[in-house]
Amino acid sequence: MLNFTIRRLLLSVPVLVIISFVIFMLLELAPGDPMANVPLTVPPEVKEKMREALGLGEPWHIRFVKWLIQFFVVEPQVLFDHVFGTGFAEDKLRVISWQTRSPVMDIVVQRIPQTLWVVGMSYVIGVLIALPIGVISAYKQYSIFDQIGTFVSMIGFSVPTFFSGVLLIVIFSVNLGWFPSIYDTTHKVNDWSSFVFQMKQMIMPVSVLALYNAAQISRFMRASMLDNLNQDYVRTARAKGMTEKVVVLVHVLRNSMIPVVTVIALGVPQVFGGAIITEQVFKVNGLGQLLITAIQANDLPMVQTLTFIFAVLIVVFNLVADVLYGVLDPRIRYD
Amino acid sequence: MTDPAINAPSGATSAGAASPAAPVAEAPVQARATPRNQWWDVWDQFRTHRGALLGLACFLLIVVMVVLGPLLWRLDATFIDIRAKNTRHIVACFGLDWGAIISCFLNPAEAEGLKVSWAHPLGTDQLGRDILARMISGGQVSLAVGMTAMALALIVGTGIGVLAGYFKRLDGLLMRFTDLFLALPLLPLLLVIIMLFRDPLRAAFGPAEGIFILIVFVIGITSWMQTARIVRGDVLALKEREFVLAARSIGTPSRRMVTRHILPNVMSPIMVSATLGIANAIITESALSFLGLGFPSDFPTWGRLLFDGTDYLQQYPERVVWPGVFISLAVLSVNYIGDGLRDALDPRIRGR
Repeated sequence: MLNFTIRRLLLSVPVLVIISFVIFMLLELAPGDPMANVPLTVPPEVKEKMREALGLGEPWHIRFVKWLIQFFVVEPQVLFDHVFGTGFAEDKLRVISWQTRSPVMDIVVQRIPQTLWVVGMSYVIGVLIALPIGVISAYKQYSIFDQIGTFVSMIGFSVPTFFSGVLLIVIFSVNLGWFPSIYDTTHKVNDWSSFVFQMKQMIMPVSVLALYNAAQISRFMRASMLDNLNQDYVRTARAKGMTEKVVVLVHVLRNSMIPVVTVIALGVPQVFGGAIITEQVFKVNGLGQLLITAIQANDLPMVQTLTFIFAVLIVVFNLVADVLYGVLDPRIRYD
Repeated sequence: MTDPAINAPSGATSAGAASPAAPVAEAPVQARATPRNQWWDVWDQFRTHRGALLGLACFLLIVVMVVLGPLLWRLDATFIDIRAKNTRHIVACFGLDWGAIISCFLNPAEAEGLKVSWAHPLGTDQLGRDILARMISGGQVSLAVGMTAMALALIVGTGIGVLAGYFKRLDGLLMRFTDLFLALPLLPLLLVIIMLFRDPLRAAFGPAEGIFILIVFVIGITSWMQTARIVRGDVLALKEREFVLAARSIGTPSRRMVTRHILPNVMSPIMVSATLGIANAIITESALSFLGLGFPSDFPTWGRLLFDGTDYLQQYPERVVWPGVFISLAVLSVNYIGDGLRDALDPRIRGR
């Protein structure tokens, strides 16, 4: 198992390098000039100097290697310095955003809490809702609960978040006026009333994403439970005289959780991607909104770094899912 | 399940499951009169799935509405009637007092404090363009994008899946390629590609066609991976079957092996991923339009209409609700069709 993990870890390094290369070349090949917004009165030689100041003067392979070094060497050093107060990264060039002229990672670090609060919370809630629904609707297949559960999950799965979010805003902000339609990220929680306000502004984005995630996971949970409920070992457990509760919640549930856990792990990076839309709907200034504004402002280092961070998340959680599968299911040990 | 030819084997299997009296099960199968195309069996199973049938009806209705709509509703989607701007949809009549509702429906022009008209049943936008006409032409674009992107994804996915499954030499390479695509962050990349290549393509092919080509290409090229994986798995299993061995032993060349023996047998997973692909493509296109990186405002799609409507959310919520409802309905019905198809094409469930 350890061997497998190490092998996969080593294998993910070239994958990440290829992905970063793909992203880099995509941005490189694209027509579009970061100097396009500079006024025409600026003489060409000054423009050329401005390009060089942005690091655009050199050929692409040198810039690619430089970006790799900045991302994989300098940024971890900065993090290390920040944690331990050392000085490894002093006067080394970091990845600089063209929009704000500040290091990209600093902005990313500022934005992560908002995304994690809203998106992470909604994923956790979605999973917590989905698991019991999946278990019950599989155990009572074709009952009314199952019918309603599958219908609701089908709706949650089909209605795009940009519509369900807007619909919630129409109902609860415009018509009823219960919740604010815009997420205020400057809000600080320091007493009960501000906590209530924080809850109020989180309810809508969290429930939109939670519904979407719960819909997908409950479908998996139901299918997985149904696969297991007809197995021979369930009959054996019942024949041994175990109570129904033990059979379902211990024997069947534990075995059905194996594929579901990996699906949950695989879903985490997708949540960050899907959050782009929800953050746009509720004006949460998290990572997704950062990406959109960077795209609109042609801020290539920011776009590149953010896209690459999403790619890292996907690769890491794929690895986590594979390892979890091996840990949870002794029949699969990869060796 | 009215056909006795279908009922007979299904009764037999259930009897066989209840008691292991196998010989009883043989007789009715031979009694079957005429051989039937297997797709009739699929259709019979599909019919028993109520949601799928409803989904199919709903989807066909939407398609018919969108295709034949321009013949019945002759207003142009881009015609600007500035005097009729910001007309509410006719449903807004329900917001009036009880007594006024009926007269509002009969004679909307005289409704108090409400600008409604049967000339624009779904209202108009801020420039006075008719929303019903825009919904119809938007639906055409949305469905066209969905189906073309799905077709592209299917062709690429099936091609790669069959090649990887059938030719052992290509397997490793193509599957690593698929894994690489699966590891790409798709939505951010879609946004980036569209931002970067939108203007050159629009300049090359014209404003509407350029963005159509770009969006279809981009969605198709980022959603073939699941199909490829499923098809490869099925091809790998098929390759071990006797009929493939038999076909090979009489010297069938690879090209004909694939087209005559392999492809027809992997049709069912392809069909299921086709339906899911349509749903995925419709959602992705509307999401891109919603983020402002899809079609321009003068070529409406459902996603674009929804995006334009969010600016007027407070006064005119219907501008958001109608396109949203239609996107959701289309996707929901397609997903139900996919569910029904999956059940119908699964030989373990069929005939039960």
